[in-house]
Amino acid sequence: MSDDEEEIILSELSDDDLVAQMMDDLYDGLKEEIEEATNILLERGWTPYDILTKSLVEGMRIVGDDFRDGILFVPEVLLAANAMKAGMTILRPLLAETGAPKLGIMVTGTVKGDIHDIGKNLVGMMMEGAGFDVYDLGINTDVDEFMEAIEKYKPDILGMSALLTTTMPYMKVVIDELKTRGIRDNYIVLVGGAPLNEEFGEAIGADAYCKDAAIAVETAKELITRRHNQIAH
Amino acid sequence: MRSSLKDLLDEKKILLADGASGTNFMEMGLEPGFPPDIWNMTEPQKPEKLHQMFVDAGSDIILTNTFGANAPRLKLHNAENDTYEINKAGAEIAGKVAEAANHAVIVAGSVGPTGELFQPLGAMTLQDAREAFIEQMRGLKDGGADVAWIETMSAADEIQAAAEAAVEVGIPYVFTASFDTAGKTMMGLAPASLNELDKALPGKSIGFGANCGVGASDLLVSVLAMTDADPEAIIIAKANCGIPVVKGASTVYTGTPDLMAEYIAMAADAGVRIIGGCCGTAPEHIKAMRQALDNYQAAERPTLDKIIEKTGPLISPVVSEKDGPKRQRRGRRRA
Ligand code: B1M
Repeated sequence: MSDDEEEIILSELSDDDLVAQMMDDLYDGLKEEIEEATNILLERGWTPYDILTKSLVEGMRIVGDDFRDGILFVPEVLLAANAMKAGMTILRPLLAETGAPKLGIMVTGTVKGDIHDIGKNLVGMMMEGAGFDVYDLGINTDVDEFMEAIEKYKPDILGMSALLTTTMPYMKVVIDELKTRGIRDNYIVLVGGAPLNEEFGEAIGADAYCKDAAIAVETAKELITRRHNQIAH
Repeated sequence: MRSSLKDLLDEKKILLADGASGTNFMEMGLEPGFPPDIWNMTEPQKPEKLHQMFVDAGSDIILTNTFGANAPRLKLHNAENDTYEINKAGAEIAGKVAEAANHAVIVAGSVGPTGELFQPLGAMTLQDAREAFIEQMRGLKDGGADVAWIETMSAADEIQAAAEAAVEVGIPYVFTASFDTAGKTMMGLAPASLNELDKALPGKSIGFGANCGVGASDLLVSVLAMTDADPEAIIIAKANCGIPVVKGASTVYTGTPDLMAEYIAMAADAGVRIIGGCCGTAPEHIKAMRQALDNYQAAERPTLDKIIEKTGPLISPVVSEKDGPKRQRRGRRRA
């Protein structure tokens, strides 16, 4: 850092500048600054949902794009994800209080043998932001753990994530178990993760493949509505 | 018959390593998410069969079925207490096949990453990782492995920990990294930075290089950077057999035996001394590579154009500086 650059006082920035600054700070993985800015926006009367979508999620999208383009690497992405999580920790309870009506319940996890969770966590945060209750089973989740959680939380949606070509077939193991138990149609099954595609989602019998977190939220909303309509008729 | 990697490198100009483990084990019925390393204890005939197929196809080096057999990885399957035994058995299974072969075969003890992030990004410390690798390498050494084959690495810290472990255990080592993200490892290591890292590591590696990643063309570009930085270095190349594409509920690798034959010739032209395949490389591919190597006629160092022409376009090329971040920062933050 050179001395002639001026120091930025977050609370003195206009809303627009503050949001732009948050994106920079997220990009740089500055956790405390994200916390501070999140609190400032809350004090200024922003809704938790707006803070989430307009600054944190948008900022993470930029990070994701630059990662995809080989400009950022994993260490930077993880720091950014941590900063986002810090903001999210402040927003989560507020989203629950002020949030739109509850849309449904999702159980989610990264499948057995796989420890990648950045994408799944992002999807979880976005789903919470949109009004879903999310029960996250973490990484390396086997079929029994999925089944137990389904019994316990009675979700509308089961969301599975896999990042390895060697673990993605495990999603089928879980879906097949649902079928064996005769409960497949009680749940909307969403799958995601970089190596998957639509063809794979179809082949294993999922309801939908979700390319990214935004699409996961849209798809979840749409399928939930469709399901309610079917039940109503 | 057995030999040592050093001796065999003195004897032959280019050594042929083997192909994939995971993707071939899937053919043998490996369940998704299940760690094949455990087969060393429960179904040793399966890794033995694969080793035998690679030896029959002409491999000079075979890698033990121990890629994921370090305690942090095995812990995912509650098998961490068997770490030593799984590795020892893995080396013995490969040793048996090597012993019986009618040509010299090196048993390389495969050591893959822990899958954990190092501090400050994650919880793993250098000390913990070193201990995990020591336990694994003790098993490999006691089972008779000739060399520790540290592979598919992405972080310098983890390579350091594994190299220190090899020195501690007293087993020679090589190391390779996986350059899958815009020409670098996912943690941001560039290929030629391995040349620098190699000089700083304890002991003296026998060689280093690239494995896995994203397809043969990208990997050739990575190893070219290494032989460019030091033409004398012993460089290793183990490329995936094309790229994985989703076909229905499974994935298949696109590479043909012909493609792998083109690849091995170009790797040789690039000055690589040890060449094999990674994910998707079956015994039939190794056979084609053996033939290509036996009929090999040296040519010029391959250019990027030639690589693309022979083995296809780059999947995840280096981002040039001019395409770099265009973000204009809004002044600086407190440090
Ligand atoms: C409702 O349901 C839904 C809906 C949508 C869902 C969803 C679920 N899940 C995801 N989505 C979607 O929404 C998200 C947000 O938009 C998106 O999620 P993504 O997860 O796709 O995107 C994230 C936001 C960002 N992307 C990521 O987080 C993944 C990035 C890359 C670089 C990656 C990372 C970070 C890591 N890794 Co790993 N890693 C790679 C990845 C390479 C790459 N360039 O993608 C990949 C996936 N890794 C790979 C490998 C091989 C490995 N990794 C490993 C380890 C790691 C780290 C620990 C270092 C780290 C994970 C840290 C963590 N806590 O997650 C090892 C695996 C250990 C294990 N058993 O799981 C190891 C096996 C390395 C090794 N050789 O040991 C490769 C897989 C190759 C293959 N053919 O399968 C890989 C593609 C790199 C490569 N070679 O190119 C969508 O997919």
